[in-house]
Amino acid sequence: MPSTLEAPMSPPGVKDAVTFSGVARRFGAIAALRDLDLRVARGELVAVVGPSGCGKSTLLELVCGLQEPDAGTVTAQPAVLMPQRDALLPWASALDNAALPLRIRGRSREGARPLFARFGLEGFERARPHELSGGMRQRVAFLRTLLADKPVLALDEPFAALDALTRAEMQEWLDAALREEPRTTLLVTHDVEEAVVLGDRVIVLSPRPGRVVADLRVAPARPRDRTSPEVQAVRAAVLAELRR
Amino acid sequence: MRALLLAVLLLAAWELYAGVGGVDALILPAPTEIAEAGWRDRALLWDNLVVTAGEVVLGLLAATVVGLGSAVAIHFSRTMRKAAYPLVVASQTVPIPIVAPLLIAWFGFGVAPKVLIVALICFFPITVATVDALRRADPEARKLVRTFDATRAQVFRFVEAPAALPGALSGAKVAVAIALIGAVFAEQAGSSEGLGHLLLQAVPQLETARAYAAVVLLSALALLLFGGLSLIQRRFVRWS
Repeated sequence: MPSTLEAPMSPPGVKDAVTFSGVARRFGAIAALRDLDLRVARGELVAVVGPSGCGKSTLLELVCGLQEPDAGTVTAQPAVLMPQRDALLPWASALDNAALPLRIRGRSREGARPLFARFGLEGFERARPHELSGGMRQRVAFLRTLLADKPVLALDEPFAALDALTRAEMQEWLDAALREEPRTTLLVTHDVEEAVVLGDRVIVLSPRPGRVVADLRVAPARPRDRTSPEVQAVRAAVLAELRR
Repeated sequence: MRALLLAVLLLAAWELYAGVGGVDALILPAPTEIAEAGWRDRALLWDNLVVTAGEVVLGLLAATVVGLGSAVAIHFSRTMRKAAYPLVVASQTVPIPIVAPLLIAWFGFGVAPKVLIVALICFFPITVATVDALRRADPEARKLVRTFDATRAQVFRFVEAPAALPGALSGAKVAVAIALIGAVFAEQAGSSEGLGHLLLQAVPQLETARAYAAVVLLSALALLLFGGLSLIQRRFVRWS
């Protein structure tokens, strides 16, 4: 399969943005992750797929330093989380929500305003989250993530709650946004198509306890045509790994 | 509007019962008699209402300060949660009719013991509601702001405190309802003014209608304070 390769090790001299080596994490009797090895190069977008409950969210929280591994080591550049539900503050306007990381750093919320125009949110600055559609809420949540000004983004199923059409639209939007504002990105998703459309690499995790069972490179440059044979081939390969 | 209709219906039934039921007006005066007494004694009632309202408002303010303060302390400190929370609960088992005379003996006939008693019974619902609301703040949002490198104080300021506001206001609404009971008890334990004092005097003087008029005023005061809080809630807590 020409488009699917084992991911090569990063070329020498490029320091990885995220490294997991031999990581295990347990919650009481439940082992969430075991023997997990993963390297993410700077600027790479790595999509992580796996069966429900395989420790995908745990993986992101480890990257963000919200949890510590029980065994092994996690080294990561400063990372920011975009949680599964958008976690927008219902009492704050869209602008205040996006500007939250700025205000925590003691800066003005006005710093967020230019991004609203650039990312298709102009005119929604004063709207409360409940007045926004699901797609718009995710845009605000993503701007907030960008404004945290961290080199690594940890996106936890950002579009899981959206309908299929909006989801496809938001995937294109995210793709464009990341080309404008490049970041190392870990994207956890249960949507295999999303993984192969957006990921430079797709990591497949095993059922719990999660470890890496496949590491597939998606060759075509982004933005990708989701119906192209190459993309469909990787999709089939990922699905095959998931079913194994 | 529907509340008004219900009130009118109940009053009509009451009027009818008092009129044809043959109940002595000294025991159950008709609403019209109560209204008459209220109008006749308006100066007396007003003077006493002002006193009671002052005690209630001061007591509620004190309860809010103490209630929010102890809620935040309990929220932030495990030690406070273990040490102070049981005391907060225990403070509510103190029987007010027993303690009130002691406080009067201690602090005198003035306003201080009344404010103290109102504050004592009112800080509890505010504390409990606020502690629970702080604890229920969205854990995802908490996690999120920690990845923005927020300090503990910033997590409180940007996530927990605004999230707890509706709960704190609900606690304050409960407090308003019981504040008046506290003030009346306190006044009956020893005072020379206030609606509680007036109630205590009106019954043996066979001024039952006046006593009922005082109760109506107490209810009106409670409704006014409750309405004020609802207004604040609607203005500042539009999201919930």
